[in-house]
Amino acid sequence: MIGEPLVRREDLRLLRGLGQYVDDIDLPGVAHLAVVRSPHPHARILAIRTEEANRMPGVLGVYTAADIEPINGRWPVHLPHKGLRAAVERILPTDKTRYVGEAVAFVVAESRYLAEDACAQVEVEYEPLPGAGTWQIALNLGEAIHEGNPDNVAAHVTQTTGDVEAALRSAPHVLHETYRIRRGGGHSMEGRATAARYDASLDTYVVWDATQTPHGARRFLATCYGIPEERFRVIAPPDVGGGFGPKGQRYPEEMAVPWLSKQLGRPVKFIEDRYEHFLTSCMEHPQEHVVDVAFDDDGVLLGLKDVFVSDMGAYGTSLIVPTIAGCTVPGPYRIPNLHIEFTAVFTNKVPQSAVRGAGRPQGVYVMDRTIDRIADYLGLDPAEVRFRNLIQADQFPYPVGLTFRDGSPLTYDSGDFPELLQKGLDLIDYPAQRKLQAERRAAGAYRGIGISVGLEGVGLGPFEGATVRLETTGRATVVLGAPPQGQGFQTTYAQICAEFLGLDVDQIDVVTGDTSLIPYGTGTFASRVMANAGPALATAASEVKTKLLESAASLLEAAPEDLEVSEGQVRVRGMQQGVSLAEVAQASNVGRPGMSMAKDMVPGLTASAYFNPERAGYSSSVQVCVVEVDPETGEVEIVDWAVGHDCGRIVNPLLVEGQVLGGIAHGLSNALYEEALYADDGTPLTVSYLDYPIPSAREMPWIKLYNQETPSPLNPLGVKGAGEAGTLGVPAVIAAAVEDALRPFGIQIRDCPLSPGFIGDLVDEARTRAAADDDRGPDDQGS
Amino acid sequence: MKPSVFEYHSPETTEEALGLLGELGADAKVLAGGQSLMPLLNLRLTAPGHLIDINRIPELRESARMNGTLRLGATTRHQDLGRRADIADCCPLLREAAVYIGHPQIRTRGTLGGSLAHADPSAELPAVAVALDATVVVRSVRGERRVSAADFFTYHLTTDLDEDELVVAVDFPVAGPRQGSAFGEVAARFGDFAMVGAAAVIRLGEDGKVEDARIVCSSVAGTPKRVPEAEDVLRGQEAAAVLGEVEGAVARTLDPAPQPKVSAGYKRRTAAVLARRAVESACQSALRRMS
Amino acid sequence: MNPVVVVTLEVNGTRQQVEIEPRTLLADVLREKFSAKGTHLGCEHGVCGACTVLLDGEPVRSCLTLAAQAAGHRVETVESLAEPDGSLNELQGAFQKHHGLQCGFCTPGILMSLTALFRTTQHPSEDQIREFIQGHICRCTGYQQMIEAALDVSEHAGSAR
Repeated sequence: MIGEPLVRREDLRLLRGLGQYVDDIDLPGVAHLAVVRSPHPHARILAIRTEEANRMPGVLGVYTAADIEPINGRWPVHLPHKGLRAAVERILPTDKTRYVGEAVAFVVAESRYLAEDACAQVEVEYEPLPGAGTWQIALNLGEAIHEGNPDNVAAHVTQTTGDVEAALRSAPHVLHETYRIRRGGGHSMEGRATAARYDASLDTYVVWDATQTPHGARRFLATCYGIPEERFRVIAPPDVGGGFGPKGQRYPEEMAVPWLSKQLGRPVKFIEDRYEHFLTSCMEHPQEHVVDVAFDDDGVLLGLKDVFVSDMGAYGTSLIVPTIAGCTVPGPYRIPNLHIEFTAVFTNKVPQSAVRGAGRPQGVYVMDRTIDRIADYLGLDPAEVRFRNLIQADQFPYPVGLTFRDGSPLTYDSGDFPELLQKGLDLIDYPAQRKLQAERRAAGAYRGIGISVGLEGVGLGPFEGATVRLETTGRATVVLGAPPQGQGFQTTYAQICAEFLGLDVDQIDVVTGDTSLIPYGTGTFASRVMANAGPALATAASEVKTKLLESAASLLEAAPEDLEVSEGQVRVRGMQQGVSLAEVAQASNVGRPGMSMAKDMVPGLTASAYFNPERAGYSSSVQVCVVEVDPETGEVEIVDWAVGHDCGRIVNPLLVEGQVLGGIAHGLSNALYEEALYADDGTPLTVSYLDYPIPSAREMPWIKLYNQETPSPLNPLGVKGAGEAGTLGVPAVIAAAVEDALRPFGIQIRDCPLSPGFIGDLVDEARTRAAADDDRGPDDQGS
Repeated sequence: MKPSVFEYHSPETTEEALGLLGELGADAKVLAGGQSLMPLLNLRLTAPGHLIDINRIPELRESARMNGTLRLGATTRHQDLGRRADIADCCPLLREAAVYIGHPQIRTRGTLGGSLAHADPSAELPAVAVALDATVVVRSVRGERRVSAADFFTYHLTTDLDEDELVVAVDFPVAGPRQGSAFGEVAARFGDFAMVGAAAVIRLGEDGKVEDARIVCSSVAGTPKRVPEAEDVLRGQEAAAVLGEVEGAVARTLDPAPQPKVSAGYKRRTAAVLARRAVESACQSALRRMS
Repeated sequence: MNPVVVVTLEVNGTRQQVEIEPRTLLADVLREKFSAKGTHLGCEHGVCGACTVLLDGEPVRSCLTLAAQAAGHRVETVESLAEPDGSLNELQGAFQKHHGLQCGFCTPGILMSLTALFRTTQHPSEDQIREFIQGHICRCTGYQQMIEAALDVSEHAGSAR
């Protein structure tokens, strides 16, 4: 049960190709939506002509903003913040388009092929406007991307604790540095997908949505359509092909598909293709951090100031990513004086959303690079500087002095960072690695070692719920509002229920993501579900067990405290005979028609519970990585890599391992491979996998994993979150290792990603500098 | 995305294919392996009215060994370039380069003729064809002609082919007993489009010195770029002694345009490094062949 | 009227005649006309590998293959892998045992590539396995557990089950 590495039941269908992703759902008569998209980063819409498109074969309808006016109101702000000058979207813009790919009109046809043919016939007249591909250009664009916001600043937020200016003034040492960190898109292998059928008999829209937030989608639909939420049944199907953040946002097609299905009297579906994912699924845009750090002769941190800019893309209805990035910066270190300040800027690119890691890798990068700079400056070992600053195991709960993105005071709940770091150093045999590094250097190779220690806020509120039912078959059903996208909920939540209800895991079915089956839910993102739904389920399952024992006690004429649940039965402890679960459920859930129930029988063996955490918990991770760099080509080879992780109590170690490994791969993709490039005006330059690499099994090295479990005091199960952990420290540790490898050249790494072209140019610049300075360059014969 | 509408033709003889090309030329594209063309069709970057599928023409799959030449049919699959013993024996550079072509699942379909006709400057086979001094055999209803690989690639994604012409085969000189070859490239991921690449074909004299050399770089210009200046450095020399000069000559000669993420300087320097490494490796393979 | 062709395709041993526009991708015909929805479309430009099926035993991208091109050839998809009674075959079982999949979207393509590999190489090494599936992108797993699964099969291939 809890703690067991059970294999997953969902695999039985997934491995046989019997998964039910949105595009697989059988919807007889379904029509297909394709979208006319703006080719301009910024342009006024002057006119749209649809007559030609309407005449194309198989076309069922062509819709512009005017046609969808009843549902085309301004969208609500997702997460209001007093500093946020939110810029609002609609399903289809009425005035102008603000990023390449933005939806301008919809075409519904008998097939996707025919719908695309018709899209090509829709004529849109645009007046192109100046566009901004970077935040620097946006600030000086001289053109407001959103009315009333001439400087294109979306927000300016500052958080401080202590007195950082005093610390910087009085400290023995101060370093100043700028870091530029890019991330990228979610690139779940299944893109976005929404299908809907309007049921006239129930006046209800049934919506199958590959979303991380079905209740959020329902609420949003209700707002757009101006009708009650109960008119929508939103179902995130049992199989969603990855989410990673972007599928938690709201999108034009998602909002339009249900309405279109009612208009046409047929089911309609929109299946995003990869090109559309590149252009229109939200992603994380670049950040630039300017850091001043104060420290003493021992490398102990005295204060840190981070002033950064976050590129928001074309619309912004929350400040989640920069807020998390800023709050992640202090990390696992004692820093008495902090100043975190960011400016969020609109640009003409797809709107920003969190992508696995959600701003945390950027925060970890800043802190890890800063520690490494200090170590370098003082001639100290980077592991040693970390040990000197880490929060100790007896200092929890540890208040950082900032407010986290969930609105609560940033307070670390539990962990043992020094132990986690030491374990990592031991696993990779750090002293031996340093010796080996020296030997390799002497042999002319460029080997480096990097270290990263990072924290991530997990288990955010507001809440998550679970319903448990003991069915008349004797099986149990768990209903969760939060849906999975590969995390294995059907297995892990069965494990939790089994532990608290007493049934075998195989007797428990888990149903997820259906707004008609559980009324309230927040969704799957930010590594929050286990820490919320886990405790909720434990409570609900315990309540059902209590009811079960009471009803069984009534049937057995025994006392509930003498009963146990075992092998599909309830029986008096120590006795062989009992009553089957099915029998008890039959008696409680059905009874006999018109007949009074027996004394003490409980009607309905079901319970629902919701858990709202006091605040976010904190998972921690350590990465130690050894690389070799080919200075002639800029290629990086990973030689050894240890990653340690503490996500509190682990429900299924096999699955948690998968989560951490997946996050590491995503982090590595950000560190060395992915780079979303835009022209100065915001036109995207990387729009397919042909020029946007994501590592394959060939690029991934073998990872040595280890873990630690410091339970969280914030919920009775002691669980935290694991979904994003692997990503946290990868860009930082790779940058550190590469910098260490290229130390003979005196190269400093301040950027992410590090493509071969980038590294090759850095080496060349360093060599040119060295030659110009007339210094003796490094001995660098051959490879 | 899905392709635009087209008419589909699946001729079973070369003559039939040529007839179709003669009739439809301007509005037709030839479908060989499809690994380059289909992405363009799916992304609607090209929208021909007609597709002529040449995969059902047996003649185009055939190969023949004649008088110091190995003729490979246009629809010889990349996979075969890497697996066949006769190719490994006659033109080992093809086998060396094949592992860099995309991924195994691409190589089952992608073809030699298709890759040459597509003429992507970052592709492996165009550079290899120039390095091996191959001859492209081209046919139309008007007859057959032979074009040296060097003359076949005219511009970025453009070849010497007329609208009605089809690559039917490629003739490769069979490697002599003192010939060695090597290929290398740098790509974002193994198998992706090269950021820069280099092929070297070296013929040694009996004395182990370089008798002849062909050095070709990929992804540094619109077409494969041969570097005679570097070849001149090698002639008559012991390769190991002049590797640095070879690298220098390549670096001085090339003038690549930058790409996003890859500066012109990077291409120039790294092409030179890869050329040096390819020359060194080619000489070693020639010496092994000789011993 | 858009042009149509009539082709007979053999998928997992079943022959069926379909009338389709010639531009229809093999992946779409498998999903829509053969109810073989296990083959997924992840990119439609031949890089992600989710759509990989076997054509005459060789792994190919069904997004880069016109359905019409498959006429006269044998197509095998993920639906053909399980045992006749529906239980998982050795490779599938190893994937479950080692947690070699998470969201499952890329999995069918990888299973087909590995099936082709194991038909030609009974005991592939780790390098051979990684090289053979280099043409697949998985965003969920980081590959390590699926490599463990494939190595498990490699090590036990030929021994009694």
